[in-house]
Amino acid sequence: MPPRKRQLPEIPPELVGTVHITPIDAIYNWARKRSLWPIFFGLACCAFEMIGTFASRFDPSRFGMEIMRASPRQADLMIINGTVTKKMLPQVIRLYNQMPEPKYVLAMGACAISGGPFKEGYNVVSGIDKFLPVDVYVPGCPPRPEALLHGFLTIHAKMERESIRDLRWYRKGEADRSIPVPELGPDLVDWRLTEQIEALQQPAASNQ
Amino acid sequence: MAKEVTPEPTNGLTAHLQERFPGAVEPAPEPYQGLIVSRDRLVEVATYLRDELGYSYLSSVTGVDYPEGTNGLPPRFETVYHLFQPTGGPLVLHVHADREDPTVPSLVPVFPSALFQEREAWDLMGIRFEGHPDLRRILLWEGFDGHPLRKDWHEPYYEQEHKPFDSRFPEGHPVPAEERTPLKQNLRYPPGWSPRGWRPMADVWGYGPHDEVAQQKNPAHPVDRVVLNMGPHHPSTHGVLRLLVTLEGETIQKIEPIVGFLHRCHEKIGERNTWLGNMPYTDRLDYVCSMSNNLGYAIAVEKLLDVEVPERAEYIRVIMAEFTRFLNHAVSIGFTGNDLGIYFTAMLYALEERELILDLFEMTAGSRMMCNYMRFGGVAHDMSEEAVALARELAFERLPRFVDKLEAFFTDNELFRARTIGVGVLPPDVAVAYGCTGPLLRGSGVPYDVRRAEPYSIYSEFDFDIVTGTNGDVYDRYLVRVGEMRQSLRILQQALNRLPGGPVIASKPKATLKVPPGEAYGRIEAPKGELGYYIVSDGGTNPYRYHVRAPSFINLAVMNELCRGHLIADVVIILASIDITMGEVDR
Repeated sequence: MPPRKRQLPEIPPELVGTVHITPIDAIYNWARKRSLWPIFFGLACCAFEMIGTFASRFDPSRFGMEIMRASPRQADLMIINGTVTKKMLPQVIRLYNQMPEPKYVLAMGACAISGGPFKEGYNVVSGIDKFLPVDVYVPGCPPRPEALLHGFLTIHAKMERESIRDLRWYRKGEADRSIPVPELGPDLVDWRLTEQIEALQQPAASNQ
Repeated sequence: MAKEVTPEPTNGLTAHLQERFPGAVEPAPEPYQGLIVSRDRLVEVATYLRDELGYSYLSSVTGVDYPEGTNGLPPRFETVYHLFQPTGGPLVLHVHADREDPTVPSLVPVFPSALFQEREAWDLMGIRFEGHPDLRRILLWEGFDGHPLRKDWHEPYYEQEHKPFDSRFPEGHPVPAEERTPLKQNLRYPPGWSPRGWRPMADVWGYGPHDEVAQQKNPAHPVDRVVLNMGPHHPSTHGVLRLLVTLEGETIQKIEPIVGFLHRCHEKIGERNTWLGNMPYTDRLDYVCSMSNNLGYAIAVEKLLDVEVPERAEYIRVIMAEFTRFLNHAVSIGFTGNDLGIYFTAMLYALEERELILDLFEMTAGSRMMCNYMRFGGVAHDMSEEAVALARELAFERLPRFVDKLEAFFTDNELFRARTIGVGVLPPDVAVAYGCTGPLLRGSGVPYDVRRAEPYSIYSEFDFDIVTGTNGDVYDRYLVRVGEMRQSLRILQQALNRLPGGPVIASKPKATLKVPPGEAYGRIEAPKGELGYYIVSDGGTNPYRYHVRAPSFINLAVMNELCRGHLIADVVIILASIDITMGEVDR
């Protein structure tokens, strides 16, 4: 919902310069976007370029993002930085489930977006968006640090457009976006596909 | 340019072995190299080679699947062993196994370096190794359906045997892989299998060997033992590595690296790619040093192609490989600082230099990290004047200062010494038996370096020393890395001073290159150890078999020997001193 234009109350002349008046959304989003803490989480090659981004030349502390948290409980942003394999996917989803709301997901690089050069591989998840809600995609193999920074700024822009009145995580019953954790069986077992797998197996079973 | 000659096992050796083991050894038919050893006598022959003939180093173990007979040989599975003497080799042993029920005796009792490699061959190829102490799947998980590297096993997104796919070239109307599969995902289940009523077991099977150790108690100190998981999400495990640790108090009783969380099916995809199409994939093996990976693969294929590399290209290759070594060691020492608790400070110094070296790579190859720079018979682009000027500034001015600064921070630092001296001691005989290479081996005082043992490219023309340690602890490995950074700079200074002019590639690279049939094992001294590429060509446009002998993977097998008896806090430093990259461990 776009914020409505509203007349702000006037500041008495003696308080000008000391008191500022701004809509609650603006101050709320400003505070959030300037302290977006990513989870310290490395999957593959892109992780190394992400570490490069967090070093002195590119310096994301300009955006209040230099603190990377190893614990998902303290993180707001998950950077999927590399190929997600079937063996790793349950852990990625567990970490995502453990992150408190509000949380954002940034898919960094071709592998996280679609499987990239390894898409055809038998152990590769072809795109993390088949499991997690992705907010920003940053293409590249790996993306340059500048591209990743642009991805951060895009998330900031997205946060700025959110209004405190309709945020999901303040509403009853809607906060929990937990994703069922897949398991490792004969192949990756996605519990959400149980019905489809069974439907697929019917003709095979009757043929035998 | 002197063409590098691979020393072949002489007829004398074959005759000697045939006399010693009548009926068990025969020379492999053309175009294969080496010997075919009978399955029953393999352990005997290997023990004899190790003890009497000095083949003390088993570099690579892998399997090849021949569902149809080739070169007059029947359908079979083959295990291929590459053995080396301290200077010389390779001796290639082929062992044939039945296609229906492939069983081969395990070489772990003779060469512990086969420990992980045989598990990998069982996992991906389905060859059972009799007598292996712990034959479980390693890269995939227990319960996975099938053995993917078999030629008759196809993945869910399978489109066609060889690239370029008809749907992309020359017409170009590809159908997304999702739309070709019934579940719209990269998933396939055995017929009749259903998730309803099924219980996940993969984890339970993983804990087995640890529960046994955890049940035992030390009579002198009867406390309960604990099994602890580190990773795969852990800030100190250098990527997605999981360590399963059994502890008594804080003391490690058993540690087991569980890998495969970044298994990207490199070899299966590699056997589908064109020869040249594999080059960018090698970048993504050890993503810290993509140039070295390129070089190893180019050298392996050039052995079969028989092309001359122009002199300027050889110099540029050496320059790039040595900058990569410097970069890798700088970052590795930075990570060691990270793991010691100097959170990110040491790393920032290393990353500052990394950016400059990456600038150089970008100027020459066009990409920062994934350079895709080497070609068969040369390199992709020439080094420009500006790039040479930057390389000179780095090699003569900036990087020597950086090494001095690094030493000033670490070498005499009391805290650093207290945490590293005497920690993770690796005796030289254990290092050799486990097939360790790189700074890990040289830290134990074994002066083995492929650049000297089997000089490739033009390394024989440069002056440099092999840096070795004495005690084989974490501190010595750090010193070896610092020493190697200085030696790299020495090589770089010589190479930049003598950089000749001329072309940088023998002929224009062809996308659909055909490689003569045969097998080759190309190896280089990558920053982390010996990086080997085993390739088999059937004369086509794609590799028939493509196997990477990854140094990180094999060095990781020694983790249990290094950590047993140490405290849990030392695990991360020992791991940092082995210096692994998960892209290469899991491939």
